[in-house]
Amino acid sequence: MSTLFQPLTALSGLPADAIGDVITFGNDQPLTLDSGAEIKPLTVAWKTYGTLNAQKSNAFLLCHALTLDQYAAGTHPVTGKPGWWSSMVGPGLPIDTDRFFVICINVVGGCMGSSGPHEVDPATGKPYGLNFPVITVRDMVRAQAMLLDHLGIKSLFCVAGGSMGGMQVLQWAASYPERVFSALPIATAARHSAQNIAFHEVGRQAIMADPDWQGGDYLIKGTTPRKGLAVARMAAHITYLSEAALHRKFGRTLQDREALSYRFDADFQVESYLRHQGAMFVERFDANAYLYITRAMDYFDLAADYGGSLAQAFRGSKTRFCVVSFTSDWLFPTPESKKIVHALNAGGANVSFVEFDTDKGHDAFLLDVPEMFATLRGFIGAAAQARGLNAKADA
Amino acid sequence: MLVRAPALRPELVRIADMVEPSSRVLDVGCGDGALLEYLARTKNVDARGIELSQAGVNASVAHGLSVIQGDADTDLVEYPSRAFDFVILSQTIQATRQPKLVLEQLLRIGRFVIVSFPNFGFWKVRLKLALSGRMPITGTLTHPWHETPNIHLCTIADFVALARELDARIDRALAVDESGDVRALSVPGYWDNLTAEGAIFLLSRTA
Repeated sequence: MSTLFQPLTALSGLPADAIGDVITFGNDQPLTLDSGAEIKPLTVAWKTYGTLNAQKSNAFLLCHALTLDQYAAGTHPVTGKPGWWSSMVGPGLPIDTDRFFVICINVVGGCMGSSGPHEVDPATGKPYGLNFPVITVRDMVRAQAMLLDHLGIKSLFCVAGGSMGGMQVLQWAASYPERVFSALPIATAARHSAQNIAFHEVGRQAIMADPDWQGGDYLIKGTTPRKGLAVARMAAHITYLSEAALHRKFGRTLQDREALSYRFDADFQVESYLRHQGAMFVERFDANAYLYITRAMDYFDLAADYGGSLAQAFRGSKTRFCVVSFTSDWLFPTPESKKIVHALNAGGANVSFVEFDTDKGHDAFLLDVPEMFATLRGFIGAAAQARGLNAKADA
Repeated sequence: MLVRAPALRPELVRIADMVEPSSRVLDVGCGDGALLEYLARTKNVDARGIELSQAGVNASVAHGLSVIQGDADTDLVEYPSRAFDFVILSQTIQATRQPKLVLEQLLRIGRFVIVSFPNFGFWKVRLKLALSGRMPITGTLTHPWHETPNIHLCTIADFVALARELDARIDRALAVDESGDVRALSVPGYWDNLTAEGAIFLLSRTA
């Protein structure tokens, strides 16, 4: 295996070591994609938390969602905020870093160090932009498997993730059943629905309609499609919340004013909030990466890879599954999780299914839902017991 | 994580006695998973459950059990045939919308089926209805008629008739009295139909 490490410098404004660990595989180890194209050389960036035990049996892979990255815990180097699952991942928390070796890998196509449209194409010396090949969820998982091979981790104790992370969990369980001891797909689906694709298309059109997008060459031309990317985020952000949560947070409350302006300012708090969300997002995310990753989600249809039968994807699986949904999630509603559960049952798999009652919408998986913590702690603990993992990694 | 102290009600202990060690068990309507947990701990079974209430499912999974949220009336069709050695339906059949279809599904899914239910033929039930003319409320039938989840109550004789209609073999039958003690029930069990407060049946498919 000829791999060479090289410091990553393409992510502007960050010290090279802020990304976590980075590997660039040799040209003899390309990532062959579902489209038939190759990424070579392939770069993968990841973060780890906790310690790998001597048997390498306590590796816990976290798969991140669309706009998240490898910073599941700790402090995010760009935003300065806590990692996306810092309520769940840490010493003594349900995903206990005293016990498990937690790995979170930036997806291929992303913009936090792994190969993606934002990175420099070694063949041209310029950012890939739209020359980056279209990737799929299965491609993301293949790249993760390559990294785990490199790390010598043959089998994962658990693969967990929400939303697009959950899609990767399902893909992992289907593609590498013998490598996945337990799987925790949360607020996800085995295929992207027409409605989900439609929302993503709105976002992509907003980005591409921004003159600063420059046909995808904005990095070369020195512009940033801020408005387009912000609108894409604003539209998407609505889908992450429930109507009840939006109403609870904002209602029809006015923003910094006593009366309606009779203009098109952000009269309402909810408008101001969405504008803020859009503006913040532009500071940390790459517009082309948003195009590629939303495309990967749209293309996801696990049953299609198994003759249209989702049960076939999991037939004979020895993996212990816990499928999780939230009552107010209308982006990945409970019936989508139930389809996964039915397929797992039909395949005779070991599956638990829990739906949590919350008004927090799709984003609930990232938020403080105490009942979810208790339940996942039980699932993970029982799986660890079945795996023979001790309470402490080195014990 | 199976750490809860066992406080299993006597009927569930009797059901557990019927389950072979190291078998595959599905408990339909498993509540908080007490029986499954007991079976996993004492008989090393591969324990799975279905439970309608979210609270029950969450409690079960939090205790390390494999339980899904689901409805016996609609979700049993998703299971493959002969997927389990034992399928248990404890004090639930009388609360299903389609008891016959449910029992049919159980006989398809499991090699053996264990069903327990309150006996509406119990003499106290008969007497209360006969004397007061009101729907009986007893130790096992605790709800007034307008609040009861028990929409399809039956007697032991009714159940035996249904089992026969479905070509199920009655491998074992127990009559349960008010104190939770059991005795063998000799089918068709006219006397037990009068004297037993509840019953437990172990069935299998003849075909």
